[in-house]
Amino acid sequence: MTLLREKPVTGSVQAPPSVPRVRRIGSFPAHIAMLAWGVVTALPLIWAILSSFKTDKEILTDPWSLPSKPHFENWSRAWSQASIGRYFLNSIVVVGGALLLTMLLGSLVAYALARYEFRGNRLIYYVFVAAMFFPVFLALVPLFFVVQQLGLLGTYQGLILVYAAYAVPFTVFFLHAFFRTLPAEVAEAAFMDGCSHAGVFFRVMLPMARPGLVAVGIFNFLGLWNQYLLPLVLNPDPDRYVLAQGLAALSVSQGYRSDWSGLFAGLTIAMLPVLIAYVAFQRHIRAGMTAGAVK
Amino acid sequence: MNHGRRRFLLGALLPALVLHVVFVLSPYAQAFSLSLTDWTGVAGEAHFVGAGNYARLGGDSLFLDAVRNNAVMLVVVPLVTIGLGLFLASMLHLGGRDGRRGIAGSKAYQIVYFFPQLLSLVVIAVLWQFVYNPNTGLLNGVLRAVGLSKYALSWLAEPKLALPAVMAVLVWSSVGFYVVLFSAAIDAIPRELFEAALLDGAGGWATFRSVTLPLVRDTVQVAFVYLGIAALDGFAVVQVMTVGPGGPDGATEVIGLSLYRNAFTYGRFGYASAMGVALFFATLTLAVLALRAGRKERVELA
Repeated sequence: MTLLREKPVTGSVQAPPSVPRVRRIGSFPAHIAMLAWGVVTALPLIWAILSSFKTDKEILTDPWSLPSKPHFENWSRAWSQASIGRYFLNSIVVVGGALLLTMLLGSLVAYALARYEFRGNRLIYYVFVAAMFFPVFLALVPLFFVVQQLGLLGTYQGLILVYAAYAVPFTVFFLHAFFRTLPAEVAEAAFMDGCSHAGVFFRVMLPMARPGLVAVGIFNFLGLWNQYLLPLVLNPDPDRYVLAQGLAALSVSQGYRSDWSGLFAGLTIAMLPVLIAYVAFQRHIRAGMTAGAVK
Repeated sequence: MNHGRRRFLLGALLPALVLHVVFVLSPYAQAFSLSLTDWTGVAGEAHFVGAGNYARLGGDSLFLDAVRNNAVMLVVVPLVTIGLGLFLASMLHLGGRDGRRGIAGSKAYQIVYFFPQLLSLVVIAVLWQFVYNPNTGLLNGVLRAVGLSKYALSWLAEPKLALPAVMAVLVWSSVGFYVVLFSAAIDAIPRELFEAALLDGAGGWATFRSVTLPLVRDTVQVAFVYLGIAALDGFAVVQVMTVGPGGPDGATEVIGLSLYRNAFTYGRFGYASAMGVALFFATLTLAVLALRAGRKERVELA
């Protein structure tokens, strides 16, 4: 349609000189390219979702066919028998706890460093931020023994503390810049009114920093939800597996190797909630994730 | 007042600092000293071996495979991802230069492209294990459907194909994010520049080369660092998706996998720590090189 609409305008007089619409003719190949990558991205996802409704036989004989009827029993089998439901709840507990702790500690540190002058301020900032540039693999072996000696191996608390410890540096880095941009007058007025330091932080500054908190919160949530290396090493108890870990274990375990439809259902359960939440809040989420990369 | 201030600062900083020192700083510091020992996990049984572990790394053929594979990934993954990302991002803006609306449906495309970014690499690896399955997988299904049956191969079982298959997954999972990132950078370019280029008679390619590319340079540089660090990792995809994992015959071994296996399967904690230190210096070198490359000839917007 665009093509038809644009063509007659080529070189015509009514187009203002700064808007040469000739270029628009080039948008047909552009559409093809965009569509092609769209298919490459979406097809595997759609295929996995469709396969989760098929029987093993349907999957094995014709990977292309639509399910004869939606076999929801695959989902319930994956959820209960294959423990995906348990892994899901474990993930919610661990990620929820870690996210709360990260946001609380990260915003406190960022605020204290951004709005207070004291000796050692810069040093503390760099001690936090430098950790962002170290690969987690380097810390992996000693971290395992630290967690083991504290008796936290394979516990929710252990995972929550470690997750938070590794998410705080970026949170501090991001929110530090954010708190600096907030005006000082409101906080000063609150001090005049007899508000305590903590009161100013929780009742005045945190609400003002909401956009920054949302952006870094989304970034942290996805990072923590998708964490794999840390639970793999620190969380050996199958009852406490988080979702990514449980799914990986299922895909290699002999018992489920042959249960294709169950695995597809587990895979779909793991990816669908995130994708649905994303479509609902997509602008916020994209803004938060990309801000994380350029800041 | 001053008393309250000190108490608040202490309360705000101390918990996070303790957490940071115990779980982040001390493990990083210990890794360096552990890498100089032959520790196998038994308390008090660590002997100082100096650079012995590092010397052993040079003769460990599987580790050398890992270094080679990571090096290949370090070159290919960022180049292909950024190339595709820039191409698609400029396609999104084609035809939108007057008023910067982008082509029809560009919003919908950005939503779909971003999907893989939201998924755990484990989910992506399990998904692609299915896609690559020689008999029932999506890829061979597509190839057979369009009459290319002779290209329907066992992607993860052939030593020559396994690493490209892994890299394709890494590219697939990250292109969308960089399309969105580059697209935002292109949006930030003043539209007069595009109009001027058009009036000067510049075609699409010339406009891209002399207007778009120089002005999104900083973003591209950031992308190189991020993708480079991701390419030095590759652990999750390789560990979940490939045969072995790391196979066939070391064809997809990566440094992280060697480290993980040596530490938590063989219990060679000192040796594994040496691998961690090597990986750290590789990452550091990459970051320094990328930052230095970016320092020269920066384009200033007047």
